Amino acid sequence: MIQHHNQMCFATLEHPEPWSLKAYESVGGYRVWKKILAKRPPRRDLIEQIKSSGLRGRGGAGFPTGVKWGFMPDCDESYLVCNADESEPGTCKDRDILRFNPHALIEGMAIACYAIGAGTGYAYLREEFGDEPYRRFREALREAYGNGMLGPDIQGSGITVYLHDTLGAGAYICGEETALLESLEGKKGFPRFKPPFPANYGLWGRPTTVNNVETLALVPGILREEPGWQVGTEKSRGTRCFSVSGHVSRPGNHELPLGIPFADLLELCGGVWKNRELKAVIPGGSSVPVLPAKTMMELDMDFESLAEAGSLLGSGAVVVMDETTDMVRVLQRISRFYFQESCGQCTPCREGTGWLYRVLTRIVEGRGEEQDLEILEKVPGRIEGHTICALGDAAAWPVQGMLRHFRDEFEHYIRYGKSPVSPA
Amino acid sequence: MNDILNSDLRGRIDTWLERFPAEHRRSAVLGALREVQKEYGHLTPDRMDAVADYLGLPAVQVYEVGSFYTGFKHQPVGRHTVAVCTNISCWLRGGEEILAHIEKSLGIRAGESTRDGRIYLKCEEECLAGCCGAPMMQVDHVYHENLTLEKIDKILGALS
Repeated sequence: MIQHHNQMCFATLEHPEPWSLKAYESVGGYRVWKKILAKRPPRRDLIEQIKSSGLRGRGGAGFPTGVKWGFMPDCDESYLVCNADESEPGTCKDRDILRFNPHALIEGMAIACYAIGAGTGYAYLREEFGDEPYRRFREALREAYGNGMLGPDIQGSGITVYLHDTLGAGAYICGEETALLESLEGKKGFPRFKPPFPANYGLWGRPTTVNNVETLALVPGILREEPGWQVGTEKSRGTRCFSVSGHVSRPGNHELPLGIPFADLLELCGGVWKNRELKAVIPGGSSVPVLPAKTMMELDMDFESLAEAGSLLGSGAVVVMDETTDMVRVLQRISRFYFQESCGQCTPCREGTGWLYRVLTRIVEGRGEEQDLEILEKVPGRIEGHTICALGDAAAWPVQGMLRHFRDEFEHYIRYGKSPVSPA
Repeated sequence: MNDILNSDLRGRIDTWLERFPAEHRRSAVLGALREVQKEYGHLTPDRMDAVADYLGLPAVQVYEVGSFYTGFKHQPVGRHTVAVCTNISCWLRGGEEILAHIEKSLGIRAGESTRDGRIYLKCEEECLAGCCGAPMMQVDHVYHENLTLEKIDKILGALS
């Protein structure tokens, strides 16, 4: 069924100490970086290579990485920032890259720095990664500096790259790239208006590229022309780390070719747990619209297929739900999260997320009224597109998706004060 | 200020300053507050003022960070921080029952600390990125995954 598994980001996984420099070098690690140090190719050549590889950002939006890099002007002071603030509910792949293959990220960051013309890169890890993932990443950084891969005038090449680790302090919003930059500047995480985009006005007002952990960790393997990358579809190239969680027999992170059928992914995770039927899937992290089982079982896991089906590939987090799942309560829990994590800067999001959560709570508690459905229909549209950042959209989409596919459950709850689904 | 930021603590804050260009001392606010909290257990206006003084910032710039992020604590809490994820992936596999069990066995609600000062049960809204090991919790940022009630009793019982 599935031939290529964990070929790129997780290439070291079979090694006894997959996080070590030795393990990384055994799979060809740092070969590209050493070649760059020796030959100093024009930085635009690397950007072209990444463009033609078809790499798209793995954080959620799927923007072409090479194009993003290409926005960076030639200037004296610019920065690379690695977004390791992984906190989209359902997503846990970046944590495993930090734990099991931190050197792939470090080499990816070094190459990216060179390609965009930055002398310094920051990895911003969420505070909750402060124990094992942070320690592994720091240790790998120390190894990389100790082995002459980073620092000033590296190996006499004239190339200088400093990489630093930093930690957040607990805020989902800091996964939004401009909020992350504010946080790196030592401020509260309020997203900035775009434009100007970070490539023009980023960290401390300097040109900056922000890339996700998985995106950067893929870069060395792509430039090594690993066969593992020669998979996927025309517009969704390469592999993807899918975090499969929820009601499956064997949840886990699996790095697989983009475009694999969802049915294969489900089978790889042992199918739906407890011999139950599949009911629905949130295919790209809690922010994206839910899809019903019937749609999912016929769908391929790539950017285009999911968009056509009315959802998104997002962060690659696949949340599986069985037939006993109460969809109204799922939505209530998701809405509580966005209410709690809204930074409060934009009125539609700050107030709207509260409305959604309170109305859903009222319905779950059996106090729902006929007008509540109308509120649930109207409020998301008044948040979506009316806020500075995408958290507003992320709060709106799950509601729209649930009403599109499971409206009858909301109606039943409002009429009878309880779920139509018999609990497990 | 010197009473609060002893030389060891100043040294630790300096390691955060070293990561950033000299003119951007403000970038070290998060790191500095984290070090102060590590030292004293929680933040107070005096401690935030000391950080502002040391970094050469208006106090309000430190307060706004101290109050924005959920990682900062503003009153004394128990020695060990326990955070139970009840977000979607954990919720689907019993995260709420795990939290209820801990609340019951410790006799406290989320957001409170045990009277012996041993455990602080954090009110956790965020997903902790342990979704494939759901249900999960963190104890002082150490991940404990695939939890069962027996496993939890053992983990909590071992905390001193």
